[in-house]
Formats: sequence, structure tokens, C-alpha cells
Amino acid sequence: MELSLATRTVGEHTVLEVGGEVDVYTAPRLRERLLELIDGGARQVVVDLGRVDFLDSTGLGVLVGALKRLRSAGGSFALVCDKEPLLKIFRITALDQVFPLHATVEAAVAADPSGAGA
Amino acid sequence: MATVRLSFSPAPVHVRTARLVGVAVARRAGVREDLLDEVRLAIGEACTRAVALHRQYGLPDPVLVEMSDSGAYQVRVVDRAPIEAGIGLAALNADELANESLTDEALTTGVGFALLAGFVEDLQVRPVDEGVGTEVRMVWPVGR
Repeated sequence: MELSLATRTVGEHTVLEVGGEVDVYTAPRLRERLLELIDGGARQVVVDLGRVDFLDSTGLGVLVGALKRLRSAGGSFALVCDKEPLLKIFRITALDQVFPLHATVEAAVAADPSGAGA
Repeated sequence: MATVRLSFSPAPVHVRTARLVGVAVARRAGVREDLLDEVRLAIGEACTRAVALHRQYGLPDPVLVEMSDSGAYQVRVVDRAPIEAGIGLAALNADELANESLTDEALTTGVGFALLAGFVEDLQVRPVDEGVGTEVRMVWPVGR
């Protein structure tokens, strides 16, 4: 399945919904979209991986890049993922210790300290 | 003897094709359904690594994928890049992954190897027998 990207806003948070396959071919489009959002002023970004059915090291690299960029800009970055196969990928790579991972968008927004009271 | 042999020009767009073929052959070979996601990911990572090396060295040569099911399901992914670049199984810990100075390429390579090592119990990365290059050899049991 092709990559799909859709953006919506939840309070102060920008939520990027990703679907399909994120791999070495499609990851550059994900990177581009994340850069557009960040360059456009988004500082509290949640990436919803709920509809992703394939994610490889290139896609993970793009997500880490966005996390670092937002951190250095004083922003926040979180992932939404509740599928066991994807969660296993995060555990095996130790990236579960790098990303805030939540089961739902609501939980990700509620858990973001920079979003409280905003 | 290889059951299915696939060679593709080193472009990212073809990695998906290699994954699809690899999983289709695995299914026919009798690899358990619950292992197929891991087969798909591992073949993808091995091919992504090979494509990245060919592009890094400007090699137009095709990447070779060989799948065989004699006894177990065995997949070989062969690149033609100089060996010094090919071998190095560096898994990164959480601190290293989050380190600002780590390049995107180093991160993706480290994560790719972590996925290969994590998902493939029977994994070998070694120089090819003839000529220049590395082969990633992965074996999965078939349960009939």
C-alpha cells in the first residue's frame, strides 16, 4: 500500500496521520512533510502510526530526525502506535526509550507537558 | 539450488518488490504465518542496506536476492560494494540514538542492523565467495 499523509490539529498539537508503507522509497516524503510542518511553525507534533502496515529503518531514521529537530527548537514530538508488530520494532531498536509512545492521540496530547495549559 | 532468484537495479523503488517476492516465496516454502512480518522486514532491511551501499559507491550493478527452500527457507542478499564498508554490526543504545551528533545515515544503518539481528535468529553477514561484495544470509525454519 502506498504512503498516505494527512494533517489535523488537536488543540495546540499538530497531528500527522501516516498510513501504508514507510520504507526506503517513501520515507523521503514523510521527511519532507515533517520538515514543512516544523518550518511552518508546528512545535508540538504527534505522528499517528495507526494505519502504518510497514515501517523500516529509513522511516525510523526520519522520525528520529524530527524528534531531534523539535527538541532543539524547544518543541515536543510523540508517536501514537498500538500495534504489536510495530511496537516490537521500537523495542528491538531501543527506540522505545527514545520516543514517547502512546496508544491513542488523546493520550499523546494529554501526556505532553509542553501542551498543558497552552 | 535457488528456487527463486531476483536481481534488481539499486533503486529504492525496487526494494518493495523484493519484499513482496520474498514473502510470497516464504509462504509457499511453508514458513509459519506469524513469522512472515519478520521475513518481510528482514528482507527489506537487507535490500535497503545493499541499495544504500551501491549508491554510496556509485555502483550500477544489480543487487541479487536468492531464495531457496531446501530444508529451511534461506534468503541471500548480495551486494557488490567493497568489504570495508560492508561489515560492521553496530547496535546503538538509546543514548547513542538520541545523540545530536549522530548522522542520519549512521542512525539508519545502526537501526537496520538492530532489526536484522533482532528478527533473524540465523543470520550471517560475510564476504562473497567470488569477487567483491557482501552477502547477508538469513534462514527461517519451515513448519510443514
